[in-house]
Amino acid sequence: MSLELKNVEKKVGLDTHIYPTNLKLEKNTINILLGSTLAGKTTLMQIMAGLDKPTSGEIWFNNENVTGMKVQKRNVSMVYQQFINYPNFTVYDNIASPLKITGVKSDEIKQRVGKVAELLKLSGMLNKKPNELSGGQQQRTALARALVKDSDLILLDEPLANLDFKLREELREELPKLFENRDCIVVYATTEPSEALLLGGNTATLLEGKVIQYGKTLDTYNKPNTLVSAQVFSDPPMNIAKIKKSGDQCSFLQNKIQWKTKLNIKDGEYKVGIRPHNITTYKEGSNTLEIKGKVLISEISGSESLIHFTNGDLSWVSLSNGVFQKNVGDEMNLYMNTDEFVYFDQNERLISNG
Amino acid sequence: MNKTVNQKAWFFVIPVFVLVAFNAIIPLMTVVNYAFQETFGNNVFMWEGTRWFKQIMLSERFHASLGRQFLFTFIILFIQIPLGIAIALTMPKEGLGVPVCLVLMSMPLLIPWNVVGAMWNIFALPDIGFLGHSLNALGFDYNFTQQIGDAWFTTILMDVWHWTSLVVLLSYAGLRSIQPAYYQAAEIDGASRWAVFTKIELPKMKKVLTIAILLRFMDSFMIYTEPFVLTGGGPGNATAFLSIDLVKMALGQFDLGPAAAMSLIYFFIVLLVCWVFYTLMMRNEEKS
Repeated sequence: MSLELKNVEKKVGLDTHIYPTNLKLEKNTINILLGSTLAGKTTLMQIMAGLDKPTSGEIWFNNENVTGMKVQKRNVSMVYQQFINYPNFTVYDNIASPLKITGVKSDEIKQRVGKVAELLKLSGMLNKKPNELSGGQQQRTALARALVKDSDLILLDEPLANLDFKLREELREELPKLFENRDCIVVYATTEPSEALLLGGNTATLLEGKVIQYGKTLDTYNKPNTLVSAQVFSDPPMNIAKIKKSGDQCSFLQNKIQWKTKLNIKDGEYKVGIRPHNITTYKEGSNTLEIKGKVLISEISGSESLIHFTNGDLSWVSLSNGVFQKNVGDEMNLYMNTDEFVYFDQNERLISNG
Repeated sequence: MNKTVNQKAWFFVIPVFVLVAFNAIIPLMTVVNYAFQETFGNNVFMWEGTRWFKQIMLSERFHASLGRQFLFTFIILFIQIPLGIAIALTMPKEGLGVPVCLVLMSMPLLIPWNVVGAMWNIFALPDIGFLGHSLNALGFDYNFTQQIGDAWFTTILMDVWHWTSLVVLLSYAGLRSIQPAYYQAAEIDGASRWAVFTKIELPKMKKVLTIAILLRFMDSFMIYTEPFVLTGGGPGNATAFLSIDLVKMALGQFDLGPAAAMSLIYFFIVLLVCWVFYTLMMRNEEKS
């Protein structure tokens, strides 16, 4: 089983929503579409599902051309950011609705709905209407509806975006389990890099209608093929600086801080990307580089602290473990782990990931 | 905790009291005054108790006009609500058609009520009106000034023309607020167009439809100007709805006592129906 996009392009009027894209998704995989809003995730999913037709290009499913085939004829299910359920159906009827339409026997419906409801912890509320449920439960109902019909392709369009933090964490942990042992392809759109890392599988980074990179999630994260892909897959944003290499010495163009490198490339100017968590208030790793920073903003996120700081022209973000607050304008020393630097050439293509 | 005493807040409340007194309470109390007394002019009044109320409640004339009123309201609701939804469903959802349709739809709502009556009167005249003349030319024996059926037909047609737009606009707003994802989900399920209407669109439009029905009920139950100009309540009393009958009694016959009693009864019927509606609406709200 596989889903293949061949040169799929989508234009609306003069705007190109999806640039020609080739993508092959394999059976039993979770595939994450990672990109900011308007990157084209939803459009791409709608094309995959058959809800929308590509302007040009083909979609192949199991070696069959399904371009332009109506969504009802494909075995697809979809979960949306909004909690989409039939408003005057009970939870049970909502979950059962895709089965009823396809004419499954009532005994079987009962058994399958029961099983899915248990999996999604909805057993106690099968007789309630969607508007009597919490947001999390409404989304669980929508997920149950998508899972109950054993689709070949399950599309999830930012399913956790409208949930509050606690519910999101809770459901996010359950998601990978839900898709285990299912004979299907899962496509999951999200704006959050951390969500992609948590779900694993494969990740495609998207920017402005282009798929920049597709591969195993960890590979995409560790070896971004371009600076853009690295930026999409980094939250808070990656810090970037121009550097100069001569011999085994590298230095930032802006502040002349130097470090030793084992990079085997010719001398010249390059770019370096440093993830925020590789700049910390403490030394980490064996090769650290000190940098003086002036605090711009200091904020706490969970059990980590973000410090936005400047050093000359550079305006960077650091992410350290622990909870602490710095005053605006404070001078402080920060430490960069040079082993984790990601080097790009002048055309922003990857040279080395540390 | 010590409470500070400050009576200055009354100055903010008093203007509202005065305003409400002048535009609601004083006129209403005048009517109440007339409803319980017999008046002989020169400020001579005699206490009559509930006599006028009994008289009105038992009068066949009141029963007849109340019956006509309910029949009229029921018919126009029965036509306008489904028709309004149907038109809203067929209206364009994007492009230039949207503003064009919205403006066209709002047109009848902007025309003053007595103008609507006059327009339809001329439009429907059997000899020179476009509608009346055409119907007669087609072989129908149509004359709304003489035949009861034709008078009702014309009044209802006029009200449908004038007010269906309101239902259309409300339904359209309700439909537009349904997120596209609902339609997609239904498409994925393979739901029929009818199922989409009954399982998604109608439940999602419930709130605006309740408001549409409430507004149309109130307006049509209190309708006066348009039928007054169109038919004047005739032929005979055939289209004398409650308000027309009331004005006839009060200003035509100058039966101030019974007319005052009747207007209070009228007022309580409207109030009662609105209260029932409102409570039902609120009960549904609480559930959701």
